[in-house]
Amino acid sequence: MAQITKVETRNQMRSSKWPIERNTEAITAWLMASPAMILMILFLIIPFFLAFYFSFTNQRLISPNPTEFLGLQNYKQLLTLKILRLDPIKNESGEPVLDEDGNFTYIRERDITRNPDYPQYAGLQRWNSWDVGKTRFTLLASDVVFMKSLINTLYFAIVIVPGQAGLGLILALLINRRVKGVNVFRTIYFIPVVVSIVVVSILFRFIYDGDNGLLNSALVFITGGAFKPIDWLANTTTAMPAIMLMSAWQAVGIHMIIWLAGLQNIPFTLYEAADIDGANAFQKFLYVTWPGLHNTAVFILVTITIAALGLFTQIHVMTRGGPLDSTSTVIFQAVRKGFDMQNIAYGSTISVVFFILVLSVAIIQRYLTREKSS
Amino acid sequence: MNISLTIKNKRRLSTFVRYGLMIILALIFALPIVFMIVSSFKPHFQLLQDSSSLRAFLPVGDLSVNNYFDAFARAPISLFVFNSVLVTLVTVTLGLLVNSMMGFALASMRWKGKDIMLLVIIATLILPFETIAVPLLMVVSRLPWIGAGGITQGWLNSYHVQIIPFIVDAFSIFLFVQHFKSQPYELIEAARMDGAGWLRIYAQVIVPISGPVFATAAILRGLFMWNQYLWPIMVTQSEQYRPVMVGLGYFYQLSTSNTTGILPWGEVMAYLSIITIPIIVLFLVMQQAFIESIASTGIKG
Repeated sequence: MAQITKVETRNQMRSSKWPIERNTEAITAWLMASPAMILMILFLIIPFFLAFYFSFTNQRLISPNPTEFLGLQNYKQLLTLKILRLDPIKNESGEPVLDEDGNFTYIRERDITRNPDYPQYAGLQRWNSWDVGKTRFTLLASDVVFMKSLINTLYFAIVIVPGQAGLGLILALLINRRVKGVNVFRTIYFIPVVVSIVVVSILFRFIYDGDNGLLNSALVFITGGAFKPIDWLANTTTAMPAIMLMSAWQAVGIHMIIWLAGLQNIPFTLYEAADIDGANAFQKFLYVTWPGLHNTAVFILVTITIAALGLFTQIHVMTRGGPLDSTSTVIFQAVRKGFDMQNIAYGSTISVVFFILVLSVAIIQRYLTREKSS
Repeated sequence: MNISLTIKNKRRLSTFVRYGLMIILALIFALPIVFMIVSSFKPHFQLLQDSSSLRAFLPVGDLSVNNYFDAFARAPISLFVFNSVLVTLVTVTLGLLVNSMMGFALASMRWKGKDIMLLVIIATLILPFETIAVPLLMVVSRLPWIGAGGITQGWLNSYHVQIIPFIVDAFSIFLFVQHFKSQPYELIEAARMDGAGWLRIYAQVIVPISGPVFATAAILRGLFMWNQYLWPIMVTQSEQYRPVMVGLGYFYQLSTSNTTGILPWGEVMAYLSIITIPIIVLFLVMQQAFIESIASTGIKG
């Protein structure tokens, strides 16, 4: 009712009675919106479209030569993947040649990628290979470091998204009670959020240190000396998990708060009804809490995914992508190419690929939330 | 009687487990920060020795503020802090003005182009800064600037390169639109009847009753600006304009590559504490506002 009156008065006020006034309203609105509009066009919209444009050129930050249009060459350089199928080397009588250990031998990849007889493999490098029976399948990529970075980024996202969202939910459920001291715990869990990730990254370099690190000391203490200290960040298998753990430690407070807001939006009467029906705590969670958190869950999963795909600062401060590219990420490569090597075009190409990743996540979110409301 | 006792015991046990879990988690979240602050007062070798025992978290032994003096001597930390404070304050203040005006125009006024603008803002909400960082670097390296020395080309190594691109913020605008729309339209009508212009309505009617949303936008933007890293490493090559976080990275590398080959962890911890303790204090003082800001980021879901 109130709404209808409002609309009516609004229309009345702005109908033909005051055409000049409507004009001034529009002009003032444009004036008030224009600073934001101009800044947005200059620093958000233009750079966004330039990313696409540069990705088709050989643009450099500083170059004496004019920029050239390259078509899809940057994308080819970034994304080309080929599988090479190799049979064991055979001698004249058709018997496979074995090496000293009795294994089959194969042509080296570079004898193919650098062979003018195989132009389709030119410029590719070995990423990985698998032996299936006697046949060796070798995966070749034109930019192996980027491919590794893409996989590392996805690995980070796949672990951190459920991990951080789940931990955030556990924290929220723990403190969503009116019991003594709960606010103190909420405050403590939230403190790392206001500590800069740069500070956290340097602090955790000490915690993960191989000689004096607190994590090793703690693990040795807990296991009664059975644990052998590890240099967490210098090891290809432990570096990424160590960064994941730290990132979750720093950011989980945000998601705890958002889960908590979602929990407090669930009407209390639903729990009372469940009580009357004799539901136990687990049933209440499954049939009341979880359905009530659907939109919060989608939102949290999407924001963590997008943030995870943009992983950069921790890498730049802690490992610089090492050891052996095991922690290099998509954005780390974009900055390496676009800034360190001043290759704006290639950095932009990586940015476009990153944008497509983010966009797919957003489209999935759209789909998931629409599912619910229809 | 018997049954009610077991229920009571069960309750007690679950409370006990719950508190136990909460305390262990609290230790996991708090101890690294306690360690950082405590260590900043310890001499290098004691710090390393203590790290193998619980003494790492206790303010014991030979405590002093020497690390702080040494850290300040090693790098121009006060300059870095000044740069960050300046860039953060100016960006947040201009941002509140620019974004709230846009929010007001979108929420309360009628004009052509409004719907498209709203669409663009919603679309840019999901656009992470990382997508445009590299092309933006190209843009700012070519833009002209009128300064004391006449017209110069390129914005690199300056304050404005750290400020101007970050004034406008889609999420702030979104927050303002949501908030202004929820205000009773009668307020604006009454002011119109009294002959107030739109600018005046914005400045004297709407802004004064919108304190909380301004606080939310300021906190979120302030944290983002204070913590900036990716952008300033690209645009502040010279020490003069470097913010704290980038300065910290350089400080850390400077310390690892010194002649003794020993990383002075005490000094590093002192630097970390200098730029962290004020923010933690600010958070503790304005806790409710901080937590509500973070909760507000969830409303668009």
